[in-house]
Amino acid sequence: MSAETRTPLIRLVKRTEMAKGKVFGIRVASIVIALILGCIPMLLTGTDPISAYGVIIQGSLSRPIYIKQTVKIAIPLLGCALAIAPCFKMRFWNIGAEGQITMGAVAATYFALFWAESVPHVVLLAIMFITAAAAGGLWALIPAFFKARWNTNETLFTLMMNYIAIGIVAWLQGGPWEGRKGSQLIPMFQDSARLPTVLGVHCGWIIVLALVFIMYIYMNRTKQGYEIAVIGDSVNTARYAGMNVGWIIMRTMFISGAISGIVGFMIVSGANFTLYSGVADGVGFTSITVAWLSQLNSFAMIAVSMILAVIEKGANTLQTRLSVPASIADIITGILLFCMLSSEFFINYSLVFRRREKKEAEA
Amino acid sequence: MEENYAIEMKGITKRFGQVVANDGISLAIKRGEILALLGENGSGKTTLMNMLSGIYQPDEGEIYEDGKPVYIRSPREAFSYGIGMIHQHYKLIEVFNATQNIVLGLDDGRLDLAAAAKKVKEICSRYGFEIDLSRKVYEMSVSQKQTIEIVKILYRGADILILDEPTAVLTPQETQKLFTVLRNMKKDGKAIIIITHKLNEVMEVSDRVAVLRKGKYIGAVNTSETNPQMLTEMMVGHSVSLNIDRPVYPSPQRKLVVEGLTCVDEEGITKLDSVSFTANTGEILGVAGISGSGQRELLEAIAGLYPVKSGSIRFVGDDGAEKELVGLTPKKIREAGVGMAFVPEDRLGMGLVGSMGMTGNMMLRSWKNGRGALVRRKEPENLAKNIMEELDVVTPGIDYPVRRLSGGNVQKVLVGREIAGEPAVLMTAYAVRGLDINTSYTIYNLLTEQKMKGVAVIYIGEDLDVLLELADKILVLCGGRVSGIVDARTVTKEEVGLMMTEYRPEEGRL
Ligand SMILES: Nc1ncnc2c1ncn2[C@@H]1O[C@H](COP(=O)(O)OP(=O)(O)OP(=O)(O)O)[C@@H](O)[C@H]1O
Ligand SMILES: [Mg+2]
Repeated sequence: MSAETRTPLIRLVKRTEMAKGKVFGIRVASIVIALILGCIPMLLTGTDPISAYGVIIQGSLSRPIYIKQTVKIAIPLLGCALAIAPCFKMRFWNIGAEGQITMGAVAATYFALFWAESVPHVVLLAIMFITAAAAGGLWALIPAFFKARWNTNETLFTLMMNYIAIGIVAWLQGGPWEGRKGSQLIPMFQDSARLPTVLGVHCGWIIVLALVFIMYIYMNRTKQGYEIAVIGDSVNTARYAGMNVGWIIMRTMFISGAISGIVGFMIVSGANFTLYSGVADGVGFTSITVAWLSQLNSFAMIAVSMILAVIEKGANTLQTRLSVPASIADIITGILLFCMLSSEFFINYSLVFRRREKKEAEA
Repeated sequence: MEENYAIEMKGITKRFGQVVANDGISLAIKRGEILALLGENGSGKTTLMNMLSGIYQPDEGEIYEDGKPVYIRSPREAFSYGIGMIHQHYKLIEVFNATQNIVLGLDDGRLDLAAAAKKVKEICSRYGFEIDLSRKVYEMSVSQKQTIEIVKILYRGADILILDEPTAVLTPQETQKLFTVLRNMKKDGKAIIIITHKLNEVMEVSDRVAVLRKGKYIGAVNTSETNPQMLTEMMVGHSVSLNIDRPVYPSPQRKLVVEGLTCVDEEGITKLDSVSFTANTGEILGVAGISGSGQRELLEAIAGLYPVKSGSIRFVGDDGAEKELVGLTPKKIREAGVGMAFVPEDRLGMGLVGSMGMTGNMMLRSWKNGRGALVRRKEPENLAKNIMEELDVVTPGIDYPVRRLSGGNVQKVLVGREIAGEPAVLMTAYAVRGLDINTSYTIYNLLTEQKMKGVAVIYIGEDLDVLLELADKILVLCGGRVSGIVDARTVTKEEVGLMMTEYRPEEGRL
């Protein structure tokens, strides 16, 4: 009958609530599916996916030294995701974390280069930490100020600020801070400007874990976190409630930039021990993925940043061992992003199959 | 039998999580008939209609069109069955003009704007729409936007029209125009379902009334054989009194003095022109006017949300000291100890945070309280629980996002919060828009209660009958100017209506 032909085999139904456990199950399943889909590009490059995944896990987690390297990759990702989460919550699309990291690194490097002789170790690190935060924060404040004052487009503005920051470093590299003439390199930091290691990894991991707690409390329990959530929902409601929207945007961006700046400090002082124009290395962008996949939840960001770090570190090993291009990591990350975002779809909608009994009754 | 009906819904059930929005509902409508769908807030009217327009699909039950079973999976498919729905929120593109918006989204090959415009004109003249088709949407009033939505649906060939609370945003005159159009369409053999909470409109325009209560179908009656009292009882399930008390407060005092208030919008258009009035304690000052006469700007200016060009707004303290409010931000106003509550017109866009639950919304007034950086959740939580109980807010829990609540419950949350602050001045804009009869009377009673507590209440309303019954004084706005302040006990509806459309300053002032 026409009703039968009209009834689709599968249809979508919007759901309202779902048990927490089930939501978690769907998220895990989406990761598994992503890993399965990730086999396709491997097969295309003529690699056995099972051994490839084996190598990825081995290369990133099998030995303490590998784990340390993986954690080292995860630290800036996690830190930066924590930084941009408040902005995104506020619907202020800050894609300038890259530049904010860079400016933080510049400030830290200045003191590492010129104050290392005259200031004791711990004090020097403290100065680098604070000035990096201030520099990142001020850098982020510029687009926020223009947004608050003249309602400029923050997406474009923050993006352009990245290139200015990178340009500044390139100039420093070849000019005032150049080490050996003509080398285009800034000298390596002295030991006193390097972050100490704890359990084999620079102590940045302690800083970011502390930040996870702090940002969780900040976003969920504080007045400022509440203001951010209200603005993200409706600017008019925020004004109605007596919030000074422009000021809150600037304050939040400053905090966000400051955390990015701290990430910059950790990168130069804990990992690279020098500054070059690629210091942020895409962390400011990858961390958007981390923040989004974690749905802006601080604790989820730990897991997501670790997963992305495992893939990236493992893919490097993959390249050396099986000569698979390391860019496979980007492909798998892309597939992961796709699958996790589509899992949101299944959390919000359910598939209903055409009822069997109806057909049987017809027959 | 079935062939008689344009649409027949049988045993429709729809659940949202644990909420059963529709529970085995059967409903039918013939061509050439106007069916009013009536029910309290949250009784499932919108949900039921959304299943006809393809936004939702029923969990159980069937839909028949002209006796043939149909399955409607999307609004686009609904159009292919000739079903079109006017939602409460219009989805128009602001920078396009009327014709462009009407034609938009139709993929019938090449777009021939000239031919389309001709067809649109024809539809307009056939049903008596009055509209300037070359006007851009952002320049239009709500009523004009609504007209475009209706024409858009007719243009797509709909012959079964669903209107979800179309009159909620219209003035009485605009409503009359809409009804004329609806009657013309009915004569043309179209089937029309209209949702409204205003019983006088139901009596006036419909042929038949179907009533829902708490997701269940209660019954349908011919309009000619019923009356508002009976319909209310069907809706609510018990008898209610439809009278508004108007007690007199013994000792009114000046609370808010507005003098020569002039406001100009961004484009330099004067929205308020030397408005002067005094709001007293223990009085409900009703504000009447055609929509867009400056009502919104008036309240927002008092609340510190709209820039004031000139004039003065003074708050009179209990000791008689006057405080100038012009130039103060909402925050400063509150810090100055001025107890002002404001129920804005745009509830979710201005008064509430849709994504948060009741607790989060209670915090909107108290989030600054207490020392330290942390917010206090305990008090707002208790307040939310209180309001939920006292005002019968239907919600799965105090942390359920208020955006998902039905319109009436959203308003209860907002009004409840504003009253809870024990304000000295309470301003409400269209406080009962979209609310069912029962809830509306709850709100009227709440306002009267506040008035008797000595609050100066400013009530912007659109229903003149209610204004005349509820308010003590009525301020009539006309094009941003005060065309009179009259005693609500003695003035007639006709007099107010006249003042709304003609500015006559010599009219009596109190
Ligand atoms: N998308 C949704 N998710 C969850 N619950 C919903 C959703 N839509 C509606 N509901 C619930 O279903 C019930 C019926 O809602 P509906 O909007 O149909 O009521 P209504 O009769 O149109 O009310 P009103 O007169 O206030 O517009 C309410 O309890 C509402 O909270
Ligand atoms: Mg509704």
